[in-house]
Amino acid sequence: MDESLYFEEQHHQVREMVRDFALSEVAPVARDLDRTQEFPWETIKQMGELGLLGVPWSEELGGAGMDQISYYIAIHELGKVDASHALTLSAHTNLGTSPIVEFGTDAQRQTYVPLLASGQVMGGFGLTEPGAGSDAGGTATTAVDKGDHYLLNGSKIFITNAGVGEIFVATARTEPGKGSRGITSFIVTKDTVDIDRCRAVGVGHVDALPKTPGVRAGKKEEKMGWRASDTRELLFEDAIVPKENLLGTLGQGFVNFLKTLDGGRIGIAALSLGIAEGAYEQARQYAGMRKQFGQAIGAFQGVHFALADMAMEIEAGTHLLYSAARLKQAGKPFKKEAAMAKLFCSELAMRTTTKAVQIFGGYGYTTEYPVERMMRDAKVCEIGEGTSEIQRIVIAREILGKIVR
Amino acid sequence: MKIAVCIKRVPDTELRFTIAADGQSLDSTGMKYEISTFDEYAVEAALRLNEAHGPGEVTVVGLGPAALGEQLRRAMSMGADRAIHLTADEVPFDGAAIAHALADALEGQSYDLILFGRNATDTGNGVVGPMVAHQLNLPCVTGISHLEIGAGQGTAKRVLEGAVETVTFPLPAVLTIDEGLGRPRIPSLKGIMGAKKKPLAESPAELGPVRVSVTALAPPPDRPPGRIVGQGADAVPELVRLLRDEAKVLS
Repeated sequence: MDESLYFEEQHHQVREMVRDFALSEVAPVARDLDRTQEFPWETIKQMGELGLLGVPWSEELGGAGMDQISYYIAIHELGKVDASHALTLSAHTNLGTSPIVEFGTDAQRQTYVPLLASGQVMGGFGLTEPGAGSDAGGTATTAVDKGDHYLLNGSKIFITNAGVGEIFVATARTEPGKGSRGITSFIVTKDTVDIDRCRAVGVGHVDALPKTPGVRAGKKEEKMGWRASDTRELLFEDAIVPKENLLGTLGQGFVNFLKTLDGGRIGIAALSLGIAEGAYEQARQYAGMRKQFGQAIGAFQGVHFALADMAMEIEAGTHLLYSAARLKQAGKPFKKEAAMAKLFCSELAMRTTTKAVQIFGGYGYTTEYPVERMMRDAKVCEIGEGTSEIQRIVIAREILGKIVR
Repeated sequence: MKIAVCIKRVPDTELRFTIAADGQSLDSTGMKYEISTFDEYAVEAALRLNEAHGPGEVTVVGLGPAALGEQLRRAMSMGADRAIHLTADEVPFDGAAIAHALADALEGQSYDLILFGRNATDTGNGVVGPMVAHQLNLPCVTGISHLEIGAGQGTAKRVLEGAVETVTFPLPAVLTIDEGLGRPRIPSLKGIMGAKKKPLAESPAELGPVRVSVTALAPPPDRPPGRIVGQGADAVPELVRLLRDEAKVLS
């Protein structure tokens, strides 16, 4: 690929830095973390120190002051080695932090973003509910105006970082019967579920941050992939949310989170492409090593075809990803391109990892090699932050919107 | 402390390389470059010294083509304060020629320490540091894996075969650094951003006369094929004998 289409010198440096970090610190622990489902506080702390938990935010807000492309490069590179780390980063930055940066007041930004951007606490985003997934307009969590505060009741499910995190943006219905127009976003806080470990490692918990009474995390999901990322319910039980924690404008929650999700799709595209490339590279090297019938299996045409397809599709996915990222960076519309990148790259991750396991044969099916983990990690890329079907709907709306009403 | 660290741009050790058609150099097609491993340890050592001893300045110095700027910036993104780029289209093999240019740039700048890596990961000569020390008439200690600096003098440890040697020396001094002083840090994003604003001074390298040059570069001979000394328990005595008498890995 002609990298100068998308990258400047700084982007190469970010990539090299994240690659160094991923290979030296994440790769050695990825397999164990996948087995134990433990949240990797030690590497998260390092990520905070390196500036990776606030890549695109300004230095005044505690971020690294870099651009969107740098941020997606970080997810992409981490994804090559461990999808869970990449997902944690994506959910923390885009879902957890970006709504506060974009829609928050100055006071909200000053209160929450530095804690998130420096990685002192983890953040997340509470949108999905038992009865509102792809149809986010069906939000049933309620926020009732009690004068000086809102009273929130309801439950969010499949929330990344729900247990480990302390700062969340969550949606709730402020006006019944008004459909998607009656939804508002709030900033809520709670203690991390890992307080003892956080204190020991020195990350993840800030005592001085006031916590919202009535907000807690539910049980941890046992997942097929992304196992070292923390997925739980986020529960509101008569949660008392101060008025100043209303994020954006009353009734604008739906409009705002659609914007947030667009950016998130590029992140999942980057993560998916990372998984695909990680698996491809494993398969490519294995094809040169593994001998059958007296020669490396990479000498057989069947393997040629598989690797050639993988390489071609990865190249295509890279263009889709960074072209969407550049549009976002330039402040141009990117909804269609983000959906295309997410759809293509997540399905590509599934195809590529499946082929990689096939090239590894029996070994690929064991945990001895990382490709089986990558295959499990790939599947949810076709589901999370908008299923493949929803991406097709988004794209179709964009291309048919003016023709079909 | 005012510390200079001399770094070399070398081919990435993780890439496989091939010998170019001229039979004297490496084929640069698809080659990636990095700071030579021990030089990066030297940068880390300099940063740690100043972190421990309070404010100071770390200057990285390199000699080579324009692309060397990448490695100088990387050292600055790790935390070095400034860089000096001695420009030369090619880096000669002759360490004396390089040492001449480095000594010329380092002389009279009142550095407390001038650090080098133990040797470069490409040529592996390990001579430039001592040659610079000689030209500047400074004490030199090579292959250091532990270092303490006190008032006007330093104590270094060198790991030898089967022993650890402790030496002392007065400052200023030239030191060449082995592993052991701490793994080089990964530059933070802040470091990368900050490095863009740090000063990088360029001037032509005053190379000394080149008297030594490479005439041929060949891959090492193929390893001799393995030997099968027998099978099962019966083979053990012969195997042990060979390991002891021939390979000398058992005593």
